[in-house]
Amino acid sequence: MDAILRIKQVNKYFYDPEKFLVLKSIDLTVNKGEFLSLVGKSGCGKSTLMYVLSTMDTDYEGQLEIAGERLTGKTQNELSAFRNAHIGFVFQFHYLLPEFTVLQNVMIPALKLNKYSRKEIEERAYQKLKMLGIETQANKQSSKLSGGQQQRVAIARALINDPDIIMGDEPTGNLDSYNTNLVFDIFKELTHTYKQTIIAVTHDDEFARKSDHRVEMSDGKIISA
Amino acid sequence: MNGQSLKLCIEIARVHLFSKPKQTIIAMLGVTFGIGMFIALVSLMTGLNNFTEEITMTSSPDIHIYNDVTESRKSILEEENANGINLVYHQKPKNETPKVRNARELVRLIAQDEQVTGASPSVSSQVFYNYGPVQLNGTILGVDIMDEDKLFDIRSRMKVGEIEDLLSNHNGILMGKGLAKKLNAIKGDRVVITTPQGNTITLKIVGLFQMGIGAVDNVRSYANIATVQTILQKDQSYITDVNIKLNDRSRAKKYAVDLKSKFNINAEDWETANATFLTGVIIRNIITYAVSFTLLIVAGFGIYNILNMTIYNKMKDIAILKAMGFSGSDVKNIFMIQSLVIGLVGSVAGLMIGYGLSFLISKAPFDGGDIISLDHFPVNFDPRYYVIGVVFGVATTAIAGYMPSRKAAKIDPIEILRGQ
Repeated sequence: MDAILRIKQVNKYFYDPEKFLVLKSIDLTVNKGEFLSLVGKSGCGKSTLMYVLSTMDTDYEGQLEIAGERLTGKTQNELSAFRNAHIGFVFQFHYLLPEFTVLQNVMIPALKLNKYSRKEIEERAYQKLKMLGIETQANKQSSKLSGGQQQRVAIARALINDPDIIMGDEPTGNLDSYNTNLVFDIFKELTHTYKQTIIAVTHDDEFARKSDHRVEMSDGKIISA
Repeated sequence: MNGQSLKLCIEIARVHLFSKPKQTIIAMLGVTFGIGMFIALVSLMTGLNNFTEEITMTSSPDIHIYNDVTESRKSILEEENANGINLVYHQKPKNETPKVRNARELVRLIAQDEQVTGASPSVSSQVFYNYGPVQLNGTILGVDIMDEDKLFDIRSRMKVGEIEDLLSNHNGILMGKGLAKKLNAIKGDRVVITTPQGNTITLKIVGLFQMGIGAVDNVRSYANIATVQTILQKDQSYITDVNIKLNDRSRAKKYAVDLKSKFNINAEDWETANATFLTGVIIRNIITYAVSFTLLIVAGFGIYNILNMTIYNKMKDIAILKAMGFSGSDVKNIFMIQSLVIGLVGSVAGLMIGYGLSFLISKAPFDGGDIISLDHFPVNFDPRYYVIGVVFGVATTAIAGYMPSRKAAKIDPIEILRGQ
């Protein structure tokens, strides 16, 4: 299988309150179409690792490569553009823009990418919502939806630019078991049917066990992969 | 930054502005009030300034040449004993006439200069106007009325009669309207005039003029030069004043200095003659700009506060936008656009309110009394101040919006996204 993401010898320090090594010589390769879950105890560095992978955190030592492109050392603006085209995000909270409708929320990253016409983007956004079973909510204010629906909108938004990777930081952390299963099934379907790569940080053991690839961290090191 | 990105930023900014209409309107009102007051104040102040300047200029030439007989002079002692220590107390002026030497030739030479629009020689004298038992102090000005008209546009200020009537009537005078009223005289009446030397002459009123300032209208009459020379019992070369009008009034100061050194005469420019009036103009301008500037700064603080609050409330939105691929400058643009829209719409509304206020002020009745003939406030509707208003308003909001916007651009998304 093709590697979509690769990191080599990543070290990261926290400086506050004192210098502290959070990630210790991490090597990781993620293959295309893989559903990877990142687990570990609180403070083990799993979220920190994910933010390094996400390109939002640039303060690290080592090498990061996504979709064959070396990202270490690029400027913030280059990384913003890269994230826009190649990475989708799903967080514990949905982070939808409350003043916009569901459809507009999904469309914004695509409008930013500016690869398709507005009409096509609207069409694609509608398709993604349909795929996630929430197309009937498309024209509602995003703040009017339930928690599970909002998280599905956030997934649709993460998918709109056909990213190489979807990254999730506790994507089910704020959901009840019904919605957790729903989101999990969506992720599973995305990876198996659409060959979508997903990296999710979670502390839900069941979620992690059911994923394709469980990576466990402890004290800034990967202890089982 | 491509056009599409900017369009998207504008769209997000628009939604932000419309989602909190009350807040947006309050921010705009701050600017509107500031600009509106600026326009109203500046219109009234410059209107007053222009009006007073205009009426002052009607009585004051660009350059006035006269012979200052009270001017201090070198004492004989100093002339004789130039290197010694001389003390002369209370030196009195020499007994000389206030005559400008060789005035006709002077006028001819000055009038040839292309910087000069007109030069008018005149003879002035203090006189008493007698009309029946009434005796009033005043002045009589002997002029070549056609030359004088070039300088002061007397033709348009005639209320009764024509200036040509003076040419055809050797013993005629054009009298100030205020003076005529005091004398209870109308066109065609005769007034007896007494000079300080005790000479008396009877002159006929052939016209009435009104300059608009009491200081002129209540005391002055125009007559032909020869007439005044006759009542003063002087010869034809007796000229006491030469008034000059230039193409460009702002050059008067320098030109007066040139005249002084060239002809060795006493030439006074209008700025020196009206120094108090000009100080008033400067002070009024300072007050206008200080008040308007303060109002705008207050409005600027309002915008700064509101944007700061908006950005604080939208931290999460900003973080997710940045995660999704919006750059720092995109985020900055979103908030700069909001403050610029507030500034522009607020300023334009301010211009309209300012125009409305100015219009109302210009219609308000105002009695200038005897001093100046004025029945309502003079208001200046110069579009230049409206342009200044918009530029001023937009600049203030841009500065006030820049600081919070830059802060928004620098927000680190990780801190917010993982902090919860």
